[in-house]
Amino acid sequence: MAPLLALDNISKRFGAVVVADGISLALNAGEALGIIGPNGAGKTTLFAIAAGALAPDAGRVLFAGEDITGLSPDRRCRKGLARAFQIPQPFVGMTVFENVVVAAAFGAGEPEAAVYDRAADLLDRCGLADKANRSAGGLTLLDRKRLELARALATKPRVLLLDEVAGGLTEHECHALVELIKDVRASGVSIVWIEHIVHALLASIDRLLVLHGGRFIAAGEPREVIRSSQVAEIYMGIAADG
Amino acid sequence: MTEWLNVVVQGVLTGGLYAMFAVGLSLIFGVMRLVNIAHGDLIVLAAYVSLMVTQALGVDPLTSLVLVVPIMALVGYALQRGLLNFTLGEDLLPPLLVTFGLSVIIQNGLLELFTADSRKLQAGAIEVLTAQLMPGVWVGYLPLVQFAVAILVIAALQVLFYKTALGRAFRATSDDQPVAQLMGLNTRHVFALAMALSLAVVAIAGVFLAVRSNFDPAIGPARLIFGFEAVIIGGLGNMWGTLAGGVILGVAQAIGAELDPGWQLLAGHIAFLVILALRPQGLFPKVSG
Repeated sequence: MAPLLALDNISKRFGAVVVADGISLALNAGEALGIIGPNGAGKTTLFAIAAGALAPDAGRVLFAGEDITGLSPDRRCRKGLARAFQIPQPFVGMTVFENVVVAAAFGAGEPEAAVYDRAADLLDRCGLADKANRSAGGLTLLDRKRLELARALATKPRVLLLDEVAGGLTEHECHALVELIKDVRASGVSIVWIEHIVHALLASIDRLLVLHGGRFIAAGEPREVIRSSQVAEIYMGIAADG
Repeated sequence: MTEWLNVVVQGVLTGGLYAMFAVGLSLIFGVMRLVNIAHGDLIVLAAYVSLMVTQALGVDPLTSLVLVVPIMALVGYALQRGLLNFTLGEDLLPPLLVTFGLSVIIQNGLLELFTADSRKLQAGAIEVLTAQLMPGVWVGYLPLVQFAVAILVIAALQVLFYKTALGRAFRATSDDQPVAQLMGLNTRHVFALAMALSLAVVAIAGVFLAVRSNFDPAIGPARLIFGFEAVIIGGLGNMWGTLAGGVILGVAQAIGAELDPGWQLLAGHIAFLVILALRPQGLFPKVSG
């Protein structure tokens, strides 16, 4: 069976800077994949290409075996590909509930009247039920991150791209988020998660990839990858300097 | 005294028309940051479409709205999908230039087709029917209907924006276009629907304009200015504010005209400038969330 999401030999450069140098990746149904790498390794660019915000210079993006390289972000979303941002970007002029309703109605392609219950359930699940009618612009960082996740889930994704969602959270908040992501995974959503907070990642993924200089330099069982000397040298070395 | 009261009442009712010029303008600026320089000419185009419909079918202008509104909405959808979507981006200048070009094309196209002759739509008896509000203060049925329609239009837009899925799509797209796309919204389609809605309102405004006064292909730009002024006076993003802006503009013009017929437009512009100087954000700016 074809992988659910596949990047096939993706290349992208910004001027002289190569951010993706023939990257290939396959995410199988039900799998959770982690990606780490130093700043500027091209992690966020990879998500932008997968979600359709950025066109690759070369290579293909495949979803359930179908070539979606030329599809707009909204079409990809309706196929079941959702993305949550490092810096949450709620619709600040709308209430928390409306944010989720928009995602649920248009992202999943359902009439609005049919999604209210699902939106309310999601807010409940993400710990936002008591803030449903507040303006999304007034939320705290943790709540914004919860909303970001609730909104992505509302689109009924088969694949969820998480971009450093644990950044900026306290230990306690981070734990709550990891539990939520595990829960999402248990409900059958496949995940690709970019994260700097390595322990959050290790708790919830099957496979870890290390991105450096626009290519994957290591892949495999998460704890083994973290222990490998190559990763310690390149990733941790740079991280310690920074 | 009643003479002045009469002037103010007429100004208020004219303000309803100005508010209708303005809401379509503010709607598309709100949703897609597009300043439509051709807005006034599209109002005039709607008047000519109504002229053709009334002549071809022999119906009265207000009945012709049944056809003119959907026709203009279709024009709006096609215009956005086929042309204006390609001008949208980080830069505000391309849509400004393209709609300016569109304004020139519409004016000259109408001139070719209909000549520079002044036209007027005949609405029949309703044009001259009046009601006495109080001794000395008379209001025409037509201005009254026009003002009531303006209120209905704004109320309907308000409900659409805050109570419906389409409205939420407009607001989400207005808020953050790339994120709206990630949430499954086809923003090009949303933009086209916003333009269709804008031109549906334009159609109503155009027909009322053409029933109330003479029109020719060159009067569009002045209607655009009235629309702009009403939006700015009321405060961007607030539709009821826009109605208030239209009313203030209408009253200022009516008072100016009463003092000296040559002061009508000047008085409106002065009122606008005074409010812009004292309250640059407009009278009722939308509280940002």
